[in-house]
Amino acid sequence: MSSQDIPEETLPSKQGDAHQGVAATSGDPFADPGIPPHEPRIQDIDERAAQRSERVVAFLFLLSMLATVGFIAAYVTLPVDKSIYVFPIGHISALNFSLGLTLGVALFCIGAGAVHWARTLMSDVEHADDRHPIEADPEVKAKVMADFAQGAEESTFGRRKLLRNTMFGALAMVPLSGVVLLRDLGPLPGTKLRKTAWSEGKMLINQNTMQPLRPEDIAVGSLTFAMPEGMKEEDHDFQQEIAKAALMIIRLQPENIKDKRELDWSADGIVAFSKICTHVGCPISLYEQQTHHVLCPCHQSTFDLSDGGRVIFGPAGHALPQLRIKVNDKGYLEAMGDFAEPVGPAFWERG
Amino acid sequence: MSTTDNRRKAPAGERVADWADGRLGIYSLAKANMRKIFPDHWSFMLGEVCLYSFVIIILTGVYLTLFFHPSMNEVVYHGSYVPMQGMHMSEAFKSTVDISFDVRGGLLIRQIHHWAALIFLAGMFVHMMRVFFTGAFRKPREINWLFGFLLFVLGMFTGFTGYSLPDDLLSGTGVRFMEGAILSFPIVGTYISMFLFGGEFPGSDFVPRFFSIHVLLLPGIMLGLLVAHLILVFYHKHTQFPGPGRTNKNVVGMPLLPVYMAKAGGFFFLVFGLIAAIAAIATINPIWAIGPYRPDQVSTGAQPDWYMGFAEGLIRVMPGWEINVAGHTFVLGVFIPMMIFPLVLAAIAVYPFIESWVTGDKREHHLLDRPRNAPTRTAFGVAWLTAYMVMMIGGGNDLWATHFHLSINAITWFVRIGFFVGPVLAFIATRRICLGLQRRDKDKVLHGRESGIIKRLPHGEFVEVHEPLSQEQLHTLTAHEQPKPLELEPEVDENGVARKVGATRKLRVKLSKGFYGEGTHIPKATAEEYHEITSGHGHH
Amino acid sequence: MKKLSARRRHPLAAVVVLLFALAVTGGLYAAFAPAESAKADDTAQSLAIEEGKKLYSVGCASCHGTGGQGTSDGPSLVGVGSAAVDFQVATGRMPLQQQGAQAPRKKAIYTQAEIDQLAAYIASLGAGPSVPTKNQYSPDGADIAKGGELFRTNCAQCHNFVGKGGALSNGKYAPSLEGVNPKHIYEAMQTGPQNMPSFPDTTMSEQNKKDVVAYLDTVNSDKTKSPGGLELGGLGPVSEGLFAWVFGLGALIAVAIWVAAHTAKAKKS
Repeated sequence: MSSQDIPEETLPSKQGDAHQGVAATSGDPFADPGIPPHEPRIQDIDERAAQRSERVVAFLFLLSMLATVGFIAAYVTLPVDKSIYVFPIGHISALNFSLGLTLGVALFCIGAGAVHWARTLMSDVEHADDRHPIEADPEVKAKVMADFAQGAEESTFGRRKLLRNTMFGALAMVPLSGVVLLRDLGPLPGTKLRKTAWSEGKMLINQNTMQPLRPEDIAVGSLTFAMPEGMKEEDHDFQQEIAKAALMIIRLQPENIKDKRELDWSADGIVAFSKICTHVGCPISLYEQQTHHVLCPCHQSTFDLSDGGRVIFGPAGHALPQLRIKVNDKGYLEAMGDFAEPVGPAFWERG
Repeated sequence: MSTTDNRRKAPAGERVADWADGRLGIYSLAKANMRKIFPDHWSFMLGEVCLYSFVIIILTGVYLTLFFHPSMNEVVYHGSYVPMQGMHMSEAFKSTVDISFDVRGGLLIRQIHHWAALIFLAGMFVHMMRVFFTGAFRKPREINWLFGFLLFVLGMFTGFTGYSLPDDLLSGTGVRFMEGAILSFPIVGTYISMFLFGGEFPGSDFVPRFFSIHVLLLPGIMLGLLVAHLILVFYHKHTQFPGPGRTNKNVVGMPLLPVYMAKAGGFFFLVFGLIAAIAAIATINPIWAIGPYRPDQVSTGAQPDWYMGFAEGLIRVMPGWEINVAGHTFVLGVFIPMMIFPLVLAAIAVYPFIESWVTGDKREHHLLDRPRNAPTRTAFGVAWLTAYMVMMIGGGNDLWATHFHLSINAITWFVRIGFFVGPVLAFIATRRICLGLQRRDKDKVLHGRESGIIKRLPHGEFVEVHEPLSQEQLHTLTAHEQPKPLELEPEVDENGVARKVGATRKLRVKLSKGFYGEGTHIPKATAEEYHEITSGHGHH
Repeated sequence: MKKLSARRRHPLAAVVVLLFALAVTGGLYAAFAPAESAKADDTAQSLAIEEGKKLYSVGCASCHGTGGQGTSDGPSLVGVGSAAVDFQVATGRMPLQQQGAQAPRKKAIYTQAEIDQLAAYIASLGAGPSVPTKNQYSPDGADIAKGGELFRTNCAQCHNFVGKGGALSNGKYAPSLEGVNPKHIYEAMQTGPQNMPSFPDTTMSEQNKKDVVAYLDTVNSDKTKSPGGLELGGLGPVSEGLFAWVFGLGALIAVAIWVAAHTAKAKKS
C-alpha cells in the first residue's frame, strides 16, 4: 500500500507545468505552480508516532467491540419499561438510552478508527487523474449514426407508415387499461360532501358528558363541543361522520349578535357552528370568549362568531356554516335540519 | 495487491476474483475504478451524508415493517402505556405505540428512522445548495443535477407519507390538510379525493395505501435514481476547487483504494453512529403524547416536518380568495399556493439550463466556481433561499408568535410582503457582497495580505506590512474566468444588408448583459498591474 | 501565551474576537437582566397588608370600580366567584402591571391569606364558582385516558397536546401549563379567565375536570416520562427540524470536515 505502485505517468504533465510555471513567473505572476510537493506527516517520518496512531486506531476498534457487547447486555438485562433519570435529559427509557448510546459508540468507533487510519497511516500523496471529454470522437459518432441509419432502414419503420401509425396507436391506448383499473379506488363524490349526520330533531350531545345539552347548561363565555344524537365512537363510520358533523356551541348575549340570520338560527343566544374549518378542514376551535373570534390552529384563519362566522383573517375563503337549532318541548337543544351548506373546505362543485 | 508467486498456487482470494472476472469482467471494472481519484473537501462529503442516511432509513425501515400493521381497523388499546388504556384507535396507531413501548429496541429504531429521515432531507438540501453555489451543475452534470433534484422532491413525499402512517393526531391533521388541498383542484378535486381515500375522509384505506407508496413505490424509484446518480458521479469524475495543479483537465486528490475506501466507508459508520446517539438522546414524534387521530380533535402548533414547512407557509399566508362562477367554486386561496409550491422548486431546478442558455457556453466545466466569482448566480441562489426561508417562517408563524412575543397577524403580514420583497433585497445585497469580496481578492493579489504589523519608516511614516501571497495563492485567486456578455450583431451586416434579430436573441443578449455585463464583476488583477505594483512598492 | 500572541494576526482572529465579545455581552446581559425584575418584586412585597375590601380598594378598585362593578379599564367582578379571584391573583395575572394583549402569568404579589380575603370579598358581591377543594382536583380516582381524550377535544387546540401553550390572534396566546398548580388549572376551566372560554360544571362535569387535571399531571409535570429522550419543548416537528439541522447535520458536517481535512504536516511553518 505504499506510493510505489502509483505509476509515474499519473503524476502527469503537471510536473512539467510546474517547472515551466516557476520559470515563467517573471512573465505571468499568476501561472499555475503545479501540485505542491508532498510534505511528510509526522507519522511518515517518525515510526513512534505511527505506532501511536496504530494504537489509537486499534483502541477505537476495541472500544467498538466493547460497545457491541454492552448493547447485547443492555438488550438482555434491561426491562423494556424501566425508566431512569438522566440529568439534563429527564425521565427516559433506560433501554432506549443504553441501546442507542452503545450502538452509537460501536458504529462511531469503527468509523473513527477507519478514518484515523486513513488520515495518519495511509499514504496522503495527492495524485492527478486525467479527464477525458465525455462526448464521443467524430469517428465514433459517424459510426453510430451509420449503424442507426442502417438499423432504421432494415426495420422498414420509415417506409411502412401504416405499421408505424398503428403501433403508436396501440402503445398509446394500452395504458388506458391501467387507468381504468384505478376506477374502483373509491366511490364517485355524488352529494357526499354536502350531507352530514345532522337532521331535523337530532339532539345535541355534549361530547364531554355524552348527555343531551339543555340551554341552561351553556353559560355565556363557555365553549362546548357536540355531536348528533345516535352516534357512537364504536361505529365503523364514526371517523367519517364526525369529520363533518363536529359542532361547537357558544352562548352570546343576543344583543351582541351582529348578523340577523345568526340570531334567527340561534336559541336563546346559543349558536352552533361547524367545528370544521372552511379552509382545509382542521377542527377549528380556538375560541376567544371576549372577542368572540375563533382561530384555526393549523393556518390561522379567524372567524367572527358574533357576525355569522365571517372570515376576518387568514386563508379561509368563506364563513363557517351555522347549524339551525331550537329548544324542543322536553327542554333539550335539537337541530332543525342539516347544515344549509356543505361544511369544511370548498370544492369545485360547491358553488 | 502483492505480486503473485508463479511457482505457488494463487491465493484463495485471487482465485475467487478470477472466477468472478470470468463471469463479470471485474478486472476491467477495477482497472478503471480501484484507484479512482477523489478530491478532498468537506463539502464533497455532503452527498455521502445523504447516501448513508438513505441506507440507514432503508435498514431501519425494513425492521419497522416487521412490527407495523398498516391497517385502520379500530381497536381498543390495552398495552403498557397507562394514559391510553381503553382508548379507541386504529391498528396502525396501536402497533406504533407497541413498537415504542413493547418491542425491545423498537423505540430506538423508530427514532433512528425518523431522525435519519430529517437528516436525509436536510443533507440533500445542503448538498444541492453546495452544487448550486459552486456551479457544479454545469456541463456535463446537468442531468445529474436533475436526478438529485428529483431525489429531493421524492424524498419530501416519501417523508410525508411515512409521517402519516402512525395515524396519530398530528399526522392525521396533515392528511386532512392534504384532502382539503386536493379538494381545491378545479373539476377533478372531489374525484381524486374520493379515489385517494377510498371514499370520504378519513375512511379506512389511506394508511395501507400510503404504506405501499412509502415502503415500495417511492423508495424503489429513489433507489433507481440514486444508483444512476452515483454512476454518473463516477463516470464524470468529481469536480474540484481551483488551486495549484488543479485544472479543468485533471482531478487531484487521493485514490479510492485505500484512502477513500477507508474515509468514505468509515464515514458511513460515523453517520450511523451519530444518528443512533441522537436517537438515544432526543425523542422524535412521541405519538403517545400526541394521541390517536380523530377528525374533530386538533392541537395548536400543528406543523409538518421541516421539509414541508415551506409549503405550509404558502398555505398559511395566502389570502382567502374564493370565486363562485356559474355554480362552481375556484378555491384560489388553496389552489394558488398548491401551484406556487412546485413552481418555486422548479425555479431552482431549471436554473442550470437557463444559465447555460444565457452564456451559450458549451464547454465542460470541472473546476468549481467560488460563489463570489459568479455574483449573479450566487445572488439568485440567495434570493431563492430567502423566499424559501421567509415561507418557513410563515409555516411556523404560531411558534414565532409565542416564542418571540409577536402578533401572529403581524408575522403573517411580514411574510406576505417579505416573500416578494425579501428575495429582491437579498439579490441586490448578495451581488454587492460578492463584488466586495472580489475587490478584496484583487487587493490581496496585488498588495498581499495585511499582516497587522505596523512599521515605522525612517522619515516617520507608519505603514502596515503586507505579506506577499505565495505562488499557489496567487494562482488560486486568479484562476476563475470572467465571461463577457453576448453582444447583439450590428443592425446591418458587412454587405450593408439589414439583419433580422429575433426576440429570443434579444432577450438572451439582455439577460447575458444582466449576468455578466457592467457592474457584475470586478476585473481580475492583470499581470501588468501586478508587475507595476510589485516593482513600485517592492520594499515591503 | 506565546502561542496566543503569535496567532493574534491570523485572518480568523477578528472572527474569534467578535464571537468572544458577543458571548460576553450575552452572558452579562443574562446575568444582570433578571436582577431588575427581582427588585420589582421587593417593592411589590412592601405593599401594605390589609384585609378584604381594604385590599380591594387599594389594589383593584382603580380598574374594576369601587364596588366591583367594572370600569372601562377592567370588567365587572360581580358574580365571577372566588375561583376567579384565586386564579387571577394567585397566578400573578392580577393586579395588572400594564395594559396589553393579555395579562401574563407572573409572581403573585399577595399572600394566599390575602388572596383568600380578597376572594371572600368578591364572592360576597354575587354568586359564582368557588375555589375547588383539594379533593376535587387531586388525581386520585381519575381516569387518565379519558382525561387525555377530553384534553384533546377541549384544550389541546389552544394549549398543545401536552399543554405547552400556543398562539392566538393579535399577540394573545394560550399560556403553557407547565408548572401550573392543579388548583389553578381547575379554576381556569371553571371561570374562563381573559379570552379563555369557561367549561362550567354543567357542560364539563367535576369528574371530567378531575380527569383533565390528572392527565396533565401525567404528561406535563416534572415527573413526566419522556421515554425517547429530550422532549425538545414538546412542540412537535418545528423543534425537531431545528434539532436535526443544528445538532444532526451540524455534527455530521463537523465530522465531515475532520474526515476531509489534510492531516497535519510534520514541518510546522
